[in-house]
Amino acid sequence: MSATAAVHSLWTTAATAADPISKIDAPKIEYGQLAPTLIVVGAAVLGVLVEAFVPRRTRYYAQMFVAVVALAAAFAAVVALAADGYGTTKAGIAAMGAIAVDGPALFLQGTILLTALVGLFTFAERRLDPEAHGNRVDSFAAQAASVPGSDSEKKAVKAGFTTTEVFPLLLFAVAGMLIFPAANDLLTLFVALEVFSLPLYLLCALARRKRLMSQEAAVKYFLLGAFASAFTLFGIALLYGYSGSMSYATIAQVVDGTVPDVTPALADTMGNDALLLVGAALLVMGLLFKVGAVPFHMWTPDVYQGAPTPVTGFMAAATKVAAFGALLRVLYVVLPGLRWDWRPVMWAVAIVTMLAGAVVAITQTDIKRLLAYSSIAHAGFILAGVIAATPSGVSSVLFYLAAYSFVTIGAFAVVTLVRDAGGEATHLSKWAGLGRRSPLVAAVFAVFLLAFAGIPLTSGFAGKFAVFKAAAEGGAAPLVVVGVVSSAIAAFFYIRVIVLMFFSEPRPEGPTVAVPSPLTMTAIGVGVAVTVVLGVAPQYFLQLAGDAGVFVR
Amino acid sequence: MNPVNYLYLAALLFTIGATGVLIRRNAIVVFMCVELMLNACNLAFVAFSRMHGNLDGQIIAFFTMVVAAAEVVVGLAIIVSLFRSRHSASVDDASLMKL
Repeated sequence: MSATAAVHSLWTTAATAADPISKIDAPKIEYGQLAPTLIVVGAAVLGVLVEAFVPRRTRYYAQMFVAVVALAAAFAAVVALAADGYGTTKAGIAAMGAIAVDGPALFLQGTILLTALVGLFTFAERRLDPEAHGNRVDSFAAQAASVPGSDSEKKAVKAGFTTTEVFPLLLFAVAGMLIFPAANDLLTLFVALEVFSLPLYLLCALARRKRLMSQEAAVKYFLLGAFASAFTLFGIALLYGYSGSMSYATIAQVVDGTVPDVTPALADTMGNDALLLVGAALLVMGLLFKVGAVPFHMWTPDVYQGAPTPVTGFMAAATKVAAFGALLRVLYVVLPGLRWDWRPVMWAVAIVTMLAGAVVAITQTDIKRLLAYSSIAHAGFILAGVIAATPSGVSSVLFYLAAYSFVTIGAFAVVTLVRDAGGEATHLSKWAGLGRRSPLVAAVFAVFLLAFAGIPLTSGFAGKFAVFKAAAEGGAAPLVVVGVVSSAIAAFFYIRVIVLMFFSEPRPEGPTVAVPSPLTMTAIGVGVAVTVVLGVAPQYFLQLAGDAGVFVR
Repeated sequence: MNPVNYLYLAALLFTIGATGVLIRRNAIVVFMCVELMLNACNLAFVAFSRMHGNLDGQIIAFFTMVVAAAEVVVGLAIIVSLFRSRHSASVDDASLMKL
């Protein structure tokens, strides 16, 4: 068999060549183009060292400094690359074909970095909980390893321990998210998926209050996430078997049948459509799990509810951006030749996701679960733009992701403010009459809810309009009808929360609204500002997303 | 021996792992089944690598092993902390948030 002979010759040449080492070409790495990711990874490693060597008292400030500087520097690097034309004319493949540096990658990386910076502020908030033994505390467990309610936990709280490891974990997650939408081969895709998932599993388990729920959320997220990534990996294996390559461009060529040199083994596997179809289905399934689309959404409500709220906000915003970026690239760069196969499936997924998310959200009584189902519905709306399979589909999805991520992170930041003796008061009944007691906080939350609902003059409307317009132009008009119907259903429960906050009597022993430090104020302020600016004057940002909407191959 | 047989074996192992995840109740056993799925993927990678006569698949197998090891570190940490606070690693008992 010729394929076997090829392998043997490969091994024997390596063993008998006079100087095999000199024949290996050193890889060429474009450090400049990879700067955003490298900065964040470097800072994360530095954060681990800070954790090991800096005294406990100053660790929080050192970690904050490292993380803020790294995220800001990485964002500056993204802007510099974009200004240099790497998003448009100079777009190309870096790091020996592993990473694409192009418009969508840079746009999404910029969004992720800004979201992470805002999320970092909510992570660092230390004024919401009352001081414990004279020490300011944040949302994270004093010592994650101590058993909830045990003596060791009390000792850790008394000693004023804080889990400052959350900052390096956040940076590692961000690094994975930066690579995920830019990955240009399947191996990089898989490694990036794990690099951003594993820190998130840990962050979910670290809540200071309601620790049992938090640990439960982490176990669920971890087991389901690992299950889904195993499916992704098997899909990758089958696609590799089909095409004999991990590179997006080569797989696309093999799918189209335009690959230049066909070895006998490749001719054999190319004819096997089962490998391609099953492989693509498993790979896309793994990505749909990460974006939280029905029927792979089961983890979303439990994890969003159980995780510490700052983590929920960051995860809901940034994971969605990264995962939709990767999904777009896989569908548009690797599998455009399969368009007629994946579009009907994605149609079904988008319809079910929009409707299920909106309908189930109506029955929720917990604000975090409600926002979780709303995020499922939004995943459906974004999928409608993905299905368009046109350049305007890409740019509308990019714009929607940018708009949605800031609304989400702002909304969850507001959730951290409404507290009672047990920590955050997330039950909806406790939010009754909030608008009478704290009009400003309730008004800000109302702005976010209106943006989720897609009311004009908010970023939600501009995003939804762009996505539905792209879907209609891409021949998915029925999908737009379903989208509008489920938007109307969703508007019902968003408005219901607003009515609850402003038009019902406050409970006598209702929650109090904590006065946050400038950190959370900044996070909420940025959320409101982006929501209003993108809603009132979206043209510039739509233009930016439009310019960035071309994938490099 | 025909490398396709190894693919059948990989698919079989993967299915056993997936079934195990769905029907077993102990978080550790569920996690072991996920690891079995990852190893099935490795077998498929190596078999495909042999079929195509390039080494990509074998390299990926190493990456998968490293990723699986990292997953063990994180996963066991989470499962052990759950076990220590509940004295049970059953995934059915973890139902605080069920509606």
